[in-house]
Amino acid sequence: MQLQQNFRGTPKYIVSEELGIAVDVAIHLGRPLLVKGEPGTGKTLLAVNLAAARGLPLERWQIKSTTKAVEGLYTYDTVRRLHDSRFNSGDVSDISRYIDMGPLGRAFERPDPSVVLIDEVDKADLEFPNDLLHELDTMTFTIPETGRHVAAVRRPVVIITSNNEKELPDAFLRRCVFHFIEFPDRELMTRIVRVHHPDLDEALLAGALEAFYRLRATEGLRKPPSTSELIDWISALRYAGIEPAKLLGAGLPFLGTLLKKETDVEVVERRGRRRA
Amino acid sequence: MFIDFFYALRQRGVPVTTHNWLALVRAVADGLHDQRLDGFYRVARCLCCASEVHYDGFDQAFAQVFRGVVDDSATMLSQLDEYLRDPKKLAYLDPALRAALESLDLEELRRMFEERLAEQRKRHEGGNRWIGTGGTSPFGQGGVHPSGIRMGGQGGGRSALAVADARRFRAYRNDLVLDTRQIASALRKLRKMARRGDDLELDIPETVDATARNCGDLEIAWRPPRKNDVRVLLLMDVGGSMDPFAKLVSQLFSAASAGGGFRELRSYYFHNCVYSRLYEDALFSRGVPTAELIRDLDPSWRVILVGDAYMHPGELMMSSADWWTGTAGPVGLTWLARLADRFPHSAWLNPERPDIWDAPTIAEVRGVFPMFHLSVDGLGEMVSELRRPPQPKRSLHVHALARGENLPHARRSNY
Repeated sequence: MQLQQNFRGTPKYIVSEELGIAVDVAIHLGRPLLVKGEPGTGKTLLAVNLAAARGLPLERWQIKSTTKAVEGLYTYDTVRRLHDSRFNSGDVSDISRYIDMGPLGRAFERPDPSVVLIDEVDKADLEFPNDLLHELDTMTFTIPETGRHVAAVRRPVVIITSNNEKELPDAFLRRCVFHFIEFPDRELMTRIVRVHHPDLDEALLAGALEAFYRLRATEGLRKPPSTSELIDWISALRYAGIEPAKLLGAGLPFLGTLLKKETDVEVVERRGRRRA
Repeated sequence: MFIDFFYALRQRGVPVTTHNWLALVRAVADGLHDQRLDGFYRVARCLCCASEVHYDGFDQAFAQVFRGVVDDSATMLSQLDEYLRDPKKLAYLDPALRAALESLDLEELRRMFEERLAEQRKRHEGGNRWIGTGGTSPFGQGGVHPSGIRMGGQGGGRSALAVADARRFRAYRNDLVLDTRQIASALRKLRKMARRGDDLELDIPETVDATARNCGDLEIAWRPPRKNDVRVLLLMDVGGSMDPFAKLVSQLFSAASAGGGFRELRSYYFHNCVYSRLYEDALFSRGVPTAELIRDLDPSWRVILVGDAYMHPGELMMSSADWWTGTAGPVGLTWLARLADRFPHSAWLNPERPDIWDAPTIAEVRGVFPMFHLSVDGLGEMVSELRRPPQPKRSLHVHALARGENLPHARRSNY
């Protein structure tokens, strides 16, 4: 079966060995994989690339602060039913016509395995993960309005990402395989940058990485730049044709692509002046 | 060894349950660890740790159990025997390593080890014969001989143990205070949601229900919005022995005011101990009588005091000299007790390490307020304490103190 092979990333997406094994364990045990890590370390892209690598369909469920657990399973469109009943525009007695499957519900109904991404689970209400416990455990649910019982034909691979804004309940955590994406070291970062900029000049890459890691090490940054910012920054450097030598002194070009907070820019500029 | 690891994890504060453990046993039985210790490290970590704050404890437990640090050669030899005779444990070794181990006869290995240990009298590093570090002799630490006996410490290469030894996740531990956002996320758990207020919002489920009952004619229902109903009074000690913690306290303050989302937050300053006045600013210029706060705020307020509670015993027992009226006012401890008596949901956050909390004044304050360390862990504990009903025993003690009884007389006699 195609799911059993080990996941070691794709040509466009590099994973550390730890993350690869965590994905294998999650698929093998049929448990959801909970991925945490700094913003911009590729948590969401993991699911996208896992689906692409295995040729599986991806169901994406973006969580917001108002999202209810049941919306991932199905929604019952009462307003459309009321509208139909008032204007006689459909068969109102058949409630199943007004039931729309959510991302998890659709994944359960597929005859083939799929990847479900529950993105930013920590955005939702505190009780949200608890409401999904049973459904993720047994991969079944019941629609009370119609009495229909939905069971997963093939267990989907569930990937859950969290930015750590809220604590997740213990009962939920216990059922997940957990991985924390560490910030990539220089070696891994070089490989990641090469994937996005295959024809990048060696000197520019070395200079950019040097400047980037030095910037990240600056004390007092509220949001240190991450992988995705580095990749954007290198694009900007190449577009403007910046000389690698310019990256070594104080006053980095396009600082705004790396630092997103005004206070951080101030901190870095103050340090630069002191050194100069 | 497997079970030892389980208990070592629990001892290090990694909350593994049999649930995780059975999953790990299943994963290992199915060969997901690839028959390698590195693989086992990775599989075990993703199943046993539910948060990056436990990675450091996991690394420590892993290093402790799978290194087998030994002090004397006798226990080492007996462990070696046991190890080599247990086919289950050998199964966790690399196949190449296992083959190499078999190439060296066990008895021969033991004999050589004893001989060399006897010959060797001083610490040894490098080389290919002596027992020491970094060499290629079969005995020693950090070496590369395939059947080598590790003497504790770090192995070469980036093996699982080297990774565990590096303890790269120390920064994610829960008992360190990191930033404002973490404090805010801990304080947010203090919230208690309630529907209250005048700016109404549309109640959709109720509207749908009412409309359906009304034969489909629209009937709109309103309700007050759901808001945090918790009000917090924050009292902060500034100056003197609190100076080293000034940054921490200001982070706590900004987290509470910006991220707490409380219905109301009031903050006042004091120095060392609360007396008859609290101050609106850290310069102690705008004072507010403590009695007025106690009178005006109702007991539903949550009170959080921040300070090291580390002072001269006299300061705790000192009266704020109500010499104007000629009577000695209540002492500091009484003021603290009055606050605790009026506001049953109160706690003290102490930035000092808990191991010095036995100091007399700190112990006295701990009798009045439950005290917690100003760290992410401590904040979490404080929040759950504030959500619980107060302990009856403490309430009785506090109540007596607030009326000026039960004061420690030995110390009061000095003043």
